[in-house]
Amino acid sequence: MQAAAAMTDQATPVREPVYQLRNVGKTYARNAITALEGVSMTLTKGSFSSVIGSSGCGKSTLLKIMSGLIPPSTGRVVLQGRPVTGPRRDIGMMFQQAVLFPWRTTLENIVLPIEIRDGKAAAKAAEVQARELLELVGLKGFENTYPSELSGGMAQRASICRMLITQPAVLLLDEPFSALDELTRDFMNMELQRICTSRGATAFLVTHSIQEAVILSDVVYVMKPRPGRVAEVVPIDLPRPRTLDMMTTPKFGALVEHIRSALDKEAFK
Amino acid sequence: MSNLETIADRSPAAEDDTVWTEHSSWIDRVPRAIQMLFVFVVFVLLWDTVTRFGFVSPIILPTPLETFNDLIFVGKNLVTGGYMLPALWITLKEVFYGFLLAIAIGFTLGVIVGETAFGERAIMPYLVAIDTMPKVAFAPLFVAWLGFDIDSKVALAAFIATFPIIVGTAAGLHAADTNSRNLFKTMGATRWQTLVKMKLPMALPQVFTGLKIGSVGVMAGAITGEFLGGGKGFGELIRTAASQLNTPRVFSLILYLSVIGLGLFAFVSWVQRRFVFWHKERVSAGGE
Ligand SMILES: Nc1ncnc2c1ncn2[C@@H]1O[C@H](COP(=O)(O)OP(=O)(O)OP(=O)(O)O)[C@@H](O)[C@H]1O
Ligand SMILES: [Mg+2]
Repeated sequence: MQAAAAMTDQATPVREPVYQLRNVGKTYARNAITALEGVSMTLTKGSFSSVIGSSGCGKSTLLKIMSGLIPPSTGRVVLQGRPVTGPRRDIGMMFQQAVLFPWRTTLENIVLPIEIRDGKAAAKAAEVQARELLELVGLKGFENTYPSELSGGMAQRASICRMLITQPAVLLLDEPFSALDELTRDFMNMELQRICTSRGATAFLVTHSIQEAVILSDVVYVMKPRPGRVAEVVPIDLPRPRTLDMMTTPKFGALVEHIRSALDKEAFK
Repeated sequence: MSNLETIADRSPAAEDDTVWTEHSSWIDRVPRAIQMLFVFVVFVLLWDTVTRFGFVSPIILPTPLETFNDLIFVGKNLVTGGYMLPALWITLKEVFYGFLLAIAIGFTLGVIVGETAFGERAIMPYLVAIDTMPKVAFAPLFVAWLGFDIDSKVALAAFIATFPIIVGTAAGLHAADTNSRNLFKTMGATRWQTLVKMKLPMALPQVFTGLKIGSVGVMAGAITGEFLGGGKGFGELIRTAASQLNTPRVFSLILYLSVIGLGLFAFVSWVQRRFVFWHKERVSAGGE
């Protein structure tokens, strides 16, 4: 555990830390399951990290703790110098399904976080930014469409806009594109990379896809189940910006193979 | 590419369109209105046969023609402002106030029970217990408390219609999924904001289901109240006609009442389509 923490710190030593987790553990009181144990990591400003691991190894639990949705049982979570003790405005979160509300138009859905934070007038004023964001993700012209008329990929892009409208310092993504087909997914991942770079946002992605983790990340955390902990930290030193072509390079292949064997080892231990 | 095209061109399948139609029974192609008319005609013919050849005494079951004539008579009486119009007006008032009261109480209790843990744990069991009682049996009590005027009928109508609205509202408030709840939490929404901007809109389809069931119950409540507690409403007209063995009148009065009930139900459905426009699929499918 200590080793893992040390490695994290070494991965990108020069940049300013945004998110710090120290020895985070979680035991669900209801069923006494230890979902997480001794997880330590440091996310630096503008970095992209992914966590990968078998089903049930505590990835969603980790994300919920980081976002302040549930408290950890042990350890310390600090975001931008302040401990996380509940939902925070500098955190943007995205879920596996696009959670759009069917009685609001796309635009109204996107300004919802502003409406909740600062009221209706502020939400009205934020529509300018919302339109810019929609253009950024290629949804121009769908401002007044209701979510039922959007495809799965379009709905996910709209959720990205909603996450970005509050200009959060970190983006927490729980398998955001796993419901999409592979082509759309690749496209969305490249979009995500572009958005993160252009905004200098720090991103943390939960995924089941090794390729997705490698192509997007600076660091990949490989998790081990029962209890969930970080087994290996794999720095990805592919050049940026990443392109889909890189997926055919030997270096990419080697990294994927490395993570796959690490996962295999953990899965059958 | 060109190779493939040549092969495709030569194959016999490319020469003819394989257009075909799904076979459907001829009866499915008859317009709905005609199907409904058919059932109606068969029903009236059967009814006519049964009464015309004396299988059933005319006191028990009037002929269709008698009933039709009486429908015209009652209709004329209502349109020309005869003695039945004030009676109809009274019943309409009972239904209207009863429904308003049921909506106000039902919605409030539904929110308390559906939103607060205290309501769910401490109040819900009592509501369930009361709901299982035969509510009509309370009519004499309401008469004793509120008198023979419309108040006691309004109370009974509201009493019957309140429970489906409570259940619909409470169940609807539980309909919000974990992702939506988590999203509102991460946005830092207050409990009030979560209720007003997420849970209540999500509950609307079920609230309206409760309202529709309530709209049927409110009619039954008002008429039962009139049967058991007197007054000058439509229920009293039915009771009088029945005691005079004027069965055609009873039938036509019931038909007029059902038109009112249908109207109320249709009105609630119309409001639902206006406000829950985003829930189209299930609105049209679940016409109750
Ligand atoms: N609310 C909860 N109450 C009790 N136990 C829970 C709860 N949520 C998760 N768990 C348990 O914690 C463990 C980790 O769950 P978690 O959802 O974090 O896994 P995951 O890595 O996200 O899995 P997946 O890849 O399938 O989404 C599981 O064993 C699960 O049973
Ligand atoms: Mg998960």
